[in-house]
Amino acid sequence: MGRRVLVTGLGTFWGGKVAQALEKDPGVDVIVGLDTTEPTIELERTEYVRSDENYSILNRIVRATQVDTIIHTFLVVDSTSVGSRRLHEVNVIGTMNLFAAASASGSKVRDVVVKSSTLVYGTSMEDPVWFTENTPRSHTPRTPVEQSLEEVEGYVRDFAQDNPHVTVSLLRFSNVIGADISTPLTRALRLPLVPSIMGFDPRFQFVDEDDVINSILFVLEHDQPGIYNVAGDGLLPWSEVVDMCGKRRVPLPPLGTELVAWPLRRLGIFEIPDEYWGLLRYGRGVDNRKLKAAGFTYKHTSASAVEAFVRGMRLSGTVGEREPEYKYERDVEQFFRHSPAVVRETTSD
Amino acid sequence: MAAPEEAPVPEDRPPDTDTAEAVDLRLHQPEDHGALVHVAAPPQPSDPRLSDVDEWGRSEHMREIARKAYDPVYRHWFRVEWEGMENIPRSGGALLVANHAGAIPSDAPAIMHGIEKELGRPVYGLADNLFKSIPLIGTMWARVGGVAGHPDNAYRLLREQRQLVLVFPEGAKGPGKTWNERYRLRRFGRGGFVEIAMRAGVPVVPIAFVGAEESMPIVFRLQTLAKVFGLPYAPVTANVLALGPAGALTYFPAKFKIRVLEPVEFKDVLPNQERYSRNRVMDESEAIREKIQEALYDMLRERQSIWRG
Repeated sequence: MGRRVLVTGLGTFWGGKVAQALEKDPGVDVIVGLDTTEPTIELERTEYVRSDENYSILNRIVRATQVDTIIHTFLVVDSTSVGSRRLHEVNVIGTMNLFAAASASGSKVRDVVVKSSTLVYGTSMEDPVWFTENTPRSHTPRTPVEQSLEEVEGYVRDFAQDNPHVTVSLLRFSNVIGADISTPLTRALRLPLVPSIMGFDPRFQFVDEDDVINSILFVLEHDQPGIYNVAGDGLLPWSEVVDMCGKRRVPLPPLGTELVAWPLRRLGIFEIPDEYWGLLRYGRGVDNRKLKAAGFTYKHTSASAVEAFVRGMRLSGTVGEREPEYKYERDVEQFFRHSPAVVRETTSD
Repeated sequence: MAAPEEAPVPEDRPPDTDTAEAVDLRLHQPEDHGALVHVAAPPQPSDPRLSDVDEWGRSEHMREIARKAYDPVYRHWFRVEWEGMENIPRSGGALLVANHAGAIPSDAPAIMHGIEKELGRPVYGLADNLFKSIPLIGTMWARVGGVAGHPDNAYRLLREQRQLVLVFPEGAKGPGKTWNERYRLRRFGRGGFVEIAMRAGVPVVPIAFVGAEESMPIVFRLQTLAKVFGLPYAPVTANVLALGPAGALTYFPAKFKIRVLEPVEFKDVLPNQERYSRNRVMDESEAIREKIQEALYDMLRERQSIWRG
């Protein structure tokens, strides 16, 4: 019997891509995708279930579908996209409900993969150049995203401890970059003038969007329990990143940076969330050797990931942003999946 | 693969056990999983990098410029003289430990430049984290060879990259001394440097430095000013009193004499331990401190003139 997988955050970039990759795997029998919004990419056999943001129906779904694998990609790490209250609901309450469902009696869950972020390490002047998976952060988190991620990781740890028979993998992703993904950093790098802080040239680490998907599939395939940093090799100074993108920097004053940035933020000129100010000052590097030692091979280094992003930006600069080719239509999807009129290849037998 | 990028790795490195395991795993990777996990594409033919800033924030290009600018100062202003340079290992990691002095310490660049010039080995100078938070200066310091003084950074440099690391265990208390306390070593922190050397399995090389005290002596300190700006000390230097505002950045041409002492090795302790005996660490730290203090007294006994040596 093959895997029965539940993917949270199917409507997000990550959830969608992971589901797409899983569909190609004959070893996966069932894929159930959960999200508040409809999927944005075309899926063949994934069953989409709309839920509210804190997954209150999760318990019923886990019981009804008897899933053995949960891929939790729905954590919000971009605080510009949602308010802090919703962030708490999605990240903390959502994860709590997820693990409550997964640890309910009779649950068949054996594998859990959680997509977290290197934001959990924070950033400050006391930091080492490289964080390993065990390095504690230098200060307690102050921004809502970092606080919520810390709570989420607490739930993950508790769950892993209480359920030793379940393989729990927690992946901490560095700054994700790529042609398709939208994060505060990629949006800043798409601006004609990119914000920076005067007198500071921090070193940044990036991970390519494909490496993110591949690493999730890798830990799933190879049963790798534990915490792993996922980041490309090498660190790049922010000035170099901006140069590679062919943009210019706007230096903001080192004192009262956020005060100056506030009106620019209100005007919507750029939106740098609070947790990125430290990054623009001190940068952050994470040690990616643990995942490499487990056998994972990265497609991109930090530098080549930025280069891939730049190529994507050049293309969209020439041909414009591509229109989304796919729109989810419930009736159409239901027809293809369940109508007796559709001739389906039998793959499971 | 010790360093996750093109960090200088000496060729005589022992094979890393992690790598061996990693290769092993990859070899035994079942074929049918190949469809899911992308096999790495061949590395990009062209290097996408635009600058030569490495993981520690150094730039060889900037260091070359800094060396050229500093060399005349090193040779003609401070007329630096070395003794016992042969005590610095030609390969492998070592922790260089020196006394620290001068309102704006002039010893770090002299030691780093001298070793790089004579041995051709780069020296990584550990600095207070505070450096990182100063605009421009923090960035420049990193570009020319400074690294934030975090134990993890020191360990990585010493153990994995087998480099020379320079540390001043007195911290800010060394350069913050006033004129009347010159050449009297402060407490060597909590002996953290000994612990790092033990963990990294490298020797400690003590260095006694004469001359930095007189290059920019502190006459008195302004306590309130320091508090307001959150600085470890706010000095009024003899240079400022003598030369006015220009004195803030001008050193007196004191003669620099540097004596490298016998390396201290910790052969009986195992590297990579979680913790080391506090007692042992403090004893070693104190012994090294005394050695440097003795060497300083010895050198001062022989010194006939502050300016001519």
